[in-house]
Amino acid sequence: MSVLQVDNVVSGYGSMEVLHDLSLAVGQGEIVAMLGPNGAGKTTLLRTIFGVVPPWSGTITYKGEDISGVPPERLVRMGLAYIPQEYNIFASLTVQENLEMGAFIRDDDIHPRIEEIFELFPDIAERRKSRAGELSGGMRQMLAIGRALMLNPELLLMDEISTGLAPFLVDAIFERVKELNDQGVTILLVEQNAPKALQTSDRVYIIEGGEKKAEGNPEAIAADEEIARLYLGRS
Amino acid sequence: MGIAAQLLVNGLIAGGTYALAAIGYSMVYGALKFINFAHGSIAMVGAYIAFVLFSLGGIPIIPAFLLSMALTALLGVLVERLAYRPLRASPKLASLTTSVAVSFALDASVMMLLGAEIRSFRLPMQRTFQIGPVYLTLVQTVIIACSFAFMFGLYFLLTFTKLGKSIRAIADDLLLAEISGINGNLVIAAVFAIGSALAAAAGVLIGMETNLQPTMGFMITVKAFAAVVLGGLGNVYGAILGGFIIGIVENLGAWYISPVWKDSIAYVILILVLFVRPAGLLGKPEDATVV
Repeated sequence: MSVLQVDNVVSGYGSMEVLHDLSLAVGQGEIVAMLGPNGAGKTTLLRTIFGVVPPWSGTITYKGEDISGVPPERLVRMGLAYIPQEYNIFASLTVQENLEMGAFIRDDDIHPRIEEIFELFPDIAERRKSRAGELSGGMRQMLAIGRALMLNPELLLMDEISTGLAPFLVDAIFERVKELNDQGVTILLVEQNAPKALQTSDRVYIIEGGEKKAEGNPEAIAADEEIARLYLGRS
Repeated sequence: MGIAAQLLVNGLIAGGTYALAAIGYSMVYGALKFINFAHGSIAMVGAYIAFVLFSLGGIPIIPAFLLSMALTALLGVLVERLAYRPLRASPKLASLTTSVAVSFALDASVMMLLGAEIRSFRLPMQRTFQIGPVYLTLVQTVIIACSFAFMFGLYFLLTFTKLGKSIRAIADDLLLAEISGINGNLVIAAVFAIGSALAAAAGVLIGMETNLQPTMGFMITVKAFAAVVLGGLGNVYGAILGGFIIGIVENLGAWYISPVWKDSIAYVILILVLFVRPAGLLGKPEDATVV
């Protein structure tokens, strides 16, 4: 059974339609990657799923429940988390305060969870009192992931978390993604780094112009010359 | 020397009230990124609520003061809910223009209900006493004590409480705050409640020190706006610093230059500082272009 089901979703900004009748599904325990050129609508889809942009039509279901247009605050309570591509940390808050905000809806003691996150990302543990805006790019992304993990989400949406990072940091981040998935977190990610995404994911969707162009397992997608040429920037 | 000390203390008294009024300006700007020009009128309404409770209702001044802060907090929340929230997705100019309209509506309402004449608390606290070279009235002592107490309380709230941290989080990035599960509407309502309560405190203290007029909100807006921009938009501590600087410099200027210039001095300082630091004293450079 799929954890997340997107059926015939149309969405956009103002009067500009970005997603045209898009459908996809994410199964329990999967890592699903969305690939495609810039402006394809991948980020818009994540924002539509997460209630930041309301869908114009179509339905989004999470574990059988209709969540179309449900505001982020309620989705967080249902076990979803979202890491946007940019502006994914509170730059003026400290590292620790960022994590505290990630668990805002919890009223009990969140410090044990904060320590668990610091164990997962020891680099940022040393900077817990620093302002998040002073962190390096790699640490910012780790903090962004840490914030999203504070509530032990079951489904994690990640938007281009590796953009702008040095290759060794990209590897480190994707290792963490794998680990999380091994612990049972279902992941839907958008990625520019196609080789990395193909290497990490269980299934891939190719999105372009707000439409689904192809889907399949990474091996099949990687082996398809035409897909590679048209959408993955390989010749 | 004695004169300078006296002017400095007078500056602290005025500056404390400006700073209290400026805090709400700064917090609303932080959360919603627009200048709420109705804020001075909110302070005026706060002053009049305390006046009605105390002078007409016979309630003792301290409960009247606190009740005025609570009711004004409610008014602030109501204004946000009815006037600003429907415009949140619109360009900021719409909210700004609306805030000017809200300001006129509040001024006119008070004028119709209570008349345009100058009112006074007539507090039996005007006896002066002397500390070193400085003369103070009891009211002035209360003003200094209250402004410092409220500012310390605010610092505590923003630094150590969950609500305070979430106020800073939405000022930093409202969308990310909502994505994190923070109820943006609730926190914004809290921002208006706290800012309006402190504005009421400023209004009451100004009313105690001088007098009350339905148009006093405009003067509060003028001073608090200058304080906020001087300190750095959206930075609460900058707003407090700006309030004190303006209070002190205008008292010094009124004595050493000319009292005629007292109310212009705030803007002279403001313009001079913005030449050197366009984002204000404690502001972030990237916010410099939004005004």
